Amino acid sequence: MDAILLQLLNGLDKGSAYALIALGLTLIFGTLGVVNFAHGAIFMIGSFCAVTLSKIFSLSHKASEPTGVDFLGNPKFDDILYIKEWFGDSAGAWMQDWSVPLAILFAIPIMLFLGFVMERGLIKHFYKRPHADQILVTFGLAIVLQEIIKYFYGANPIPTAAPEVFRGSFDFGVLMGFDPNAIIYPYWRLIYFAFSALIIGGVFAFLQFTTFGMVVRAGMADRETVGLLGINIDKRFTIMFGIAAAVAGLAGVMYAPINSPNYHMGMDFLVLSFVVVVVGGMGSLPGAVLAGFLLGIVESFASMNEVKAIIPGIDQIIIYVVAIVILLTRPRGLMGRKGVMEE
Amino acid sequence: MSLYKPTRRSLIQTGAIAGAGLALPTYLRADGHSGFTNAPTGDTVTLGFNVPQTGPYADEGADELRAFKLAVEHLNGDGDGGMMNTFSSKELKGDGILGKKVEFVTGDTQTKSDAARASAKSMIEKDGAIMISGGSSSGVAVAVQGLCQEAGVIFMAGLTHSNDTTGKDKKANGFRHFFNAYMSAAALAPVLKNLYGDDRNAYHLTADYTWGWTQQESIQAATEAIGWNTVNDVRTPLAATDFSSYIAPVLNSGADVLILNHYGGNMVNSLTNAVQFGLRDKQVNGKNFEIVVPLYSELMARGAGENIKGIPGSQNWDWKLDDDGTKGFVKSFGEKYGFPPSQAAQTCYAQTMLYADAVTRAGSFNPCAVGEALAGFEFDGLGNGKTLYRADDHQCFKDVLVVKGAENPESEFHLVEIIEKTPVDQVTYDPEHPMFAGGDLGQCNPGA
Repeated sequence: MDAILLQLLNGLDKGSAYALIALGLTLIFGTLGVVNFAHGAIFMIGSFCAVTLSKIFSLSHKASEPTGVDFLGNPKFDDILYIKEWFGDSAGAWMQDWSVPLAILFAIPIMLFLGFVMERGLIKHFYKRPHADQILVTFGLAIVLQEIIKYFYGANPIPTAAPEVFRGSFDFGVLMGFDPNAIIYPYWRLIYFAFSALIIGGVFAFLQFTTFGMVVRAGMADRETVGLLGINIDKRFTIMFGIAAAVAGLAGVMYAPINSPNYHMGMDFLVLSFVVVVVGGMGSLPGAVLAGFLLGIVESFASMNEVKAIIPGIDQIIIYVVAIVILLTRPRGLMGRKGVMEE
Repeated sequence: MSLYKPTRRSLIQTGAIAGAGLALPTYLRADGHSGFTNAPTGDTVTLGFNVPQTGPYADEGADELRAFKLAVEHLNGDGDGGMMNTFSSKELKGDGILGKKVEFVTGDTQTKSDAARASAKSMIEKDGAIMISGGSSSGVAVAVQGLCQEAGVIFMAGLTHSNDTTGKDKKANGFRHFFNAYMSAAALAPVLKNLYGDDRNAYHLTADYTWGWTQQESIQAATEAIGWNTVNDVRTPLAATDFSSYIAPVLNSGADVLILNHYGGNMVNSLTNAVQFGLRDKQVNGKNFEIVVPLYSELMARGAGENIKGIPGSQNWDWKLDDDGTKGFVKSFGEKYGFPPSQAAQTCYAQTMLYADAVTRAGSFNPCAVGEALAGFEFDGLGNGKTLYRADDHQCFKDVLVVKGAENPESEFHLVEIIEKTPVDQVTYDPEHPMFAGGDLGQCNPGA
């Protein structure tokens, strides 16, 4: 029982990342009809916003007096951090420690801007082109974005720590009446799950309870009719592209302490997120969230030693097995609209 | 016109002379500069450096390439000479190789076997490379080694740690300076016993490919030999990025040691996840829970940040060693590039020097002559102390470093501390050892 609960918890944080990326993907598909293969790269850039802010907070100048010798035996000068000079030692140290949460504020305008530029500068020219063209161009864009990141940050993963107070783990099992060490769960993963729930709730509330959201939903249902009513739906859809980029970017920012960001991490998530979108139903927001968590949990269960003992290697293919079964039995996905992906 | 009419006596005499000629080492024969693939004809010779320039090991590949460029510079008489000054063989004079200026071409392995073979093939067939070196993966090394054997050029492996490279997949044209999984395990086990005792239960997470399998097999055998029990070995997909679902059950398994048979990005992520799950803060079976990473990569260890503090592992070489070869190399490399070299860089530099030296001693670029000069060659001064290129399997035997993540780093380059330099005798094994069985060097292939 404890092993099942443990994998359920693991599945929730994996599912959180899948759900957030898939939510943005399906938002873009539902509004603009574009299959955006660059969405994983946006997630990656979000992570690198956290890295960048951490690096900005680490900007320094050399001390005037040497404090020792370097590896070649030359005089070594200590680095003096600008933020500690400007804001004092304790405030500077706090900013460094909290660089990931602070990066949320840093990332939002950057990701919104990136979304607008991508949509206006490139993707809008492919609205009327076949999906294959859209996939090719957005996939190409993803490669360009990740190569740019690699050029500036290198290919190695870059460690980006959570605030000290959230490092480590707590014994969830003891709370549930199990033996100590039965269910250990890291604090930051719990925060990631809560953060994802907040973002997902926020996006749904925005679409459900604002006039802007109502127009967007109407546009998703019938773009032409909304246009005939004199509403500039394209402009709203561009804003939605920016919001989708911000959602993926924020997912990336908060993911940075879970796994050290590297330029390729977007691709690792992209394929899985597409499977999530297809399983959930192309264009269905609740479907993307449901499928994200479902596949995250299924993937975690497939990694259990007991399951792998019965079906070796199942952890490597389970997501695709689920996708095949869903597509064969319900081509529109779990919550997809009738007619989409069914012809 | 006269016809040659052999008599019994003349036939025996001719046969005896021919037999004696064939019995001579290849490098004493007269055909030293022809009859093999890409025999250099002008006043230059081209080497092919096949490193990951894209993909997850691109930074490691970049460091290998820096070392190759430095080696070429030194071979051609530029720079301060680096380890050429400390190398026990004094054949290299800084005038290229056999008086021919060294040039090089580069290929991108992408850390994919097919891409690595394609780039090596292109360098051999289009660019006329007479030797291929480099790489950051055992899968790539085995693939490229096979290609070089078929093409008739020498392969001087870069960073490859699988037992198979000089075990079941060894080839007469292939040579490995880097250590292997067996050596890591043989060096680590006694240190682990000293650190954590002989009553431990180990849980293995193993990357599911050739290197991971041989690393796991080696460390399991070595730790069981010191009395440890193996609780479980879980294979993890090479493409995995989040190891939480593999790590979560570890604490509840009865294990008190987690051995991460992971390298590169896998290692960074699995170690980071293990620390996040608080494994290092726990007590199991009345002992502190410990984590072991059998093979360290300094470049990748940087990605794990503070998580590597105190974690034991092994290395082929470290820039903080205090022998003259290391000092000379670190000085050359550090002054040129501004930071110390990685172990990948050192092995690539050493391989280039060893190849050049073997050609010079052989007096020929013929791969069979070079192979003969390398096989059984004993040397010193390249940073690892006394080293033997064993003739049986073309594996270098030298001391192995047992290290741990630095607790109090003095600089950004100070990632690990050397715990012990394990003497070569302790990591030497029989060429027929079961972990290396099933392969055959075969005959050297000079190609064309």
